[in-house]
Amino acid sequence: MTTYILRRLLASLLILLGASFIVYMLIAYSGDPLAEIRSSNSPSKADQMARRTELLHLDVPPALRYFIWLSGAVKCVVPFAGQCDLGVTLQNQPVTAALANAIPTTLQLVTTAALLAILLGVTIGVITALRQYSTLDYSVTFITFLFFSLPVFWVAVLLKEFGAIGFNDFLRDPFIANSTILVISLIVGAVWTVIIAGTLKRRLLTFGVAFLVTVLVLYYLSVTRWFTTPQLGVVIVAVTGIAAAYGFTVLFAGLQNRRALYSALITVGIGLVMYFAIQPLLANANLWIIIGLGILAIGVGLLVGYLMGGYDRGQSMKAAALTSFAVAFLILLDRYMQAWPAYMSNPRIRNRPIATIGAETPGLEGDFWIQGLDKYTHLILPTIALILISLASYTRYSRASMLEVMGQDYVRTARAKGLSERVVVTRHAFRNAMIPLATIVAIDIGGLIGGAVITENVFSFKGMGQLFLTGLHNIDPNPVMGVFLVTGITAVTFNLLADLTYSALDPRVRVKA
Amino acid sequence: MTAILENTADVPPNPTTPENPEDVKGLSQGRIVLKRFFGHTGAVVSIVVLLSVLVLAISAIGLGPIPGWWKYSYLQTPPLVNGGKPTLQVFPFSLGEHPFGQDRVGRDLFAMTMRGTQISMFIMVLVGAIAALVGVLIGSSAGFFRGKTEAVLMRFTDMIIIIPALIAAAVVANSAKSVIALALFLGLVSWTGMARLVRGDFLTLREREFVDAARLAGASNSRIIFKHILPNAVGVITVNTTLLMSAAILTETALSYVGLGVKSPDVSLGSLISANQAAFATRPWLFWWPGIFIVVICLTINFIGDGLRDAFDPRQKKFALRRVKETRDRPDLYPGSKAPDHLTTGGSTTIAAGGLYESLDRPADMGEDNDDGEGRR
Repeated sequence: MTTYILRRLLASLLILLGASFIVYMLIAYSGDPLAEIRSSNSPSKADQMARRTELLHLDVPPALRYFIWLSGAVKCVVPFAGQCDLGVTLQNQPVTAALANAIPTTLQLVTTAALLAILLGVTIGVITALRQYSTLDYSVTFITFLFFSLPVFWVAVLLKEFGAIGFNDFLRDPFIANSTILVISLIVGAVWTVIIAGTLKRRLLTFGVAFLVTVLVLYYLSVTRWFTTPQLGVVIVAVTGIAAAYGFTVLFAGLQNRRALYSALITVGIGLVMYFAIQPLLANANLWIIIGLGILAIGVGLLVGYLMGGYDRGQSMKAAALTSFAVAFLILLDRYMQAWPAYMSNPRIRNRPIATIGAETPGLEGDFWIQGLDKYTHLILPTIALILISLASYTRYSRASMLEVMGQDYVRTARAKGLSERVVVTRHAFRNAMIPLATIVAIDIGGLIGGAVITENVFSFKGMGQLFLTGLHNIDPNPVMGVFLVTGITAVTFNLLADLTYSALDPRVRVKA
Repeated sequence: MTAILENTADVPPNPTTPENPEDVKGLSQGRIVLKRFFGHTGAVVSIVVLLSVLVLAISAIGLGPIPGWWKYSYLQTPPLVNGGKPTLQVFPFSLGEHPFGQDRVGRDLFAMTMRGTQISMFIMVLVGAIAALVGVLIGSSAGFFRGKTEAVLMRFTDMIIIIPALIAAAVVANSAKSVIALALFLGLVSWTGMARLVRGDFLTLREREFVDAARLAGASNSRIIFKHILPNAVGVITVNTTLLMSAAILTETALSYVGLGVKSPDVSLGSLISANQAAFATRPWLFWWPGIFIVVICLTINFIGDGLRDAFDPRQKKFALRRVKETRDRPDLYPGSKAPDHLTTGGSTTIAAGGLYESLDRPADMGEDNDDGEGRR
């Protein structure tokens, strides 16, 4: 195993060296970094050219210049080798500093999108696989193909137009017209009918209930002008929490496991008490308090599950911990909503909250909640765009994988020995179906770090993609190489991780020592 | 349970034999695939739509020196009519002066979109062809020869994988400036997935008996690769090529969007959107039409790829959860209940006969169990 990893690491190093050499040569021959100065009429032209030539070592042939760059870059990878040096940009800014600024922005953008896309994609894929060739399957297949075919910049412009400008206009007077309510409710009803399916009577019932509930909710939101002062309140937190308790219990333990259900419901009760108890603490919160409370929530859930005990403690603990986390999330959401009116009326926002460009409003002042809201209003559109375009592949992969597993003999055996369909699907099929997906996810995450170039460009995020793109446009090799180094190293590392994960998850696969 | 097992033993020995002798006649692999492909409605519709888009794009503004039927070219700047609004009418159908509208200086968007479609599809086909060729060559040599060749070729593939397409495009954009060069460079960085897939397929196929037989018969390596193994890997290659092409068209439009792809005065669908995105509030049609064309082309290719996958690889057979539920609701299937007499007739779906997964009395499933399924992914 160790020999395998060492050999792979050595091979990866060689791959990185080769690829970085090719990339360096490609950039070096892609144009003339002096063109901009050459065409200017500045009297100090010769002087400027000499300075830039010295800065970028342009008097050295590209193949040798690569080694000058490499001698600096090696220090970044090898520990204790000295000061990390990736050269400077044309603006004489060290690339390491530029990268240090860009990486957090990019990570912020891609992690949320990746996590949500994986979660949604796998859920949808598994559900469609369980209902192969149903109306739901066909519609979802069509929609995922459609998303897959959308150019991200096109989606981005549409999102800016309707998601930002349109929604901000709507917020000026958040009144929903009756016809709009009707149309939305009809669509929601139809969607639920397709999802739940069943006999004609059940379908009609589903449609009716979904339609009525949506009409009532939308009417309530519209009449109370909910969007100007959004809040969940203790009632909605309680109702959603109980729904989550039932949902997680069904998924992880089955409703007949009463102890699991009760422990999940108890955590909802504790959460509701905490809702009132921690409001003063939340008023002057910071990131660490929030993270701590989140961990505490999971811990409380685990504890409740443990104390409830029963023949299968693990199930109760899992269900309770997830429910507890969900309730904690709802409380957090509620607290953010409480800060919404203050955010809206901030002079920097002027009641147009959803932003179309940038990662934050410059010069915005406010407490933790205001800053957080500002971050989310900037992140929401690019995140949606990224989710839409990457959702399709996860859905397709997990569907195909799940279908293959559901046709296996051990699934038939599981059914034959009388296990409930829930256990067959969640324990026997789902876990095995996720093995090939783990590889794909690992490789995707490796590629994702540098993969949001276009999205960053459309939404003017000053992340790595932007650094890369401006470098390419200005024929500025150092920032491009810096970004390439980061993306290359993550890609190679995650490739290795993918292989190791696979062999760890699937004992049939052995790595060659 | 035993009751069911006994009962299925009474089923006529081969319930799957179809009545019609036509179906028994051997079909070539190609015919079977073709038949299955044309059974996929989405794929057939997609082929028709894609072909009509292609015909429209070529016939409207012509190809090269051959003139088309449309009166404007994408370079002309006729005077603005009615603020450049689109004149397309669906009912009653009429194209009008400028069916897709005009841009700020009056160029006809219909002609520009058609030109963009031509360029984008040309790039797509070229990238697909180059990537497929290089990928198949490298993947098949690596998979067939194994050993040192494989190690070197696959490490080389790993190296190319981490080179971003944007870099290749930047080289072209800043120096060559031609559509063919762009397609060439894009093709040269996007063959990696194909090479990996083909290698995987070759690794399993080379161990098969027919390869041994060919070698014993004295066939040369190249003959074994091209005549014996490659035809068996054609499914993977075709499906992956369509996916490559749909990825290529999106890459091309994205590159044109950030100014590294097709350069003005020539247009591609991506550069049209890029040039006009700021005008969304005033001239939304400049943004809609090229976008719709990209989506339609890409969507149809994806559906064709899906149809091809189903046709080549029917392993994802129907597994019917509903039937499981129905059987559970039918107490007669369980031991201890009344003898399930009717199950013996027709030999349709019983648990013991594996009927949960596919109905055995459908001749459509006959002989489709692909025998070279391993490694086809």
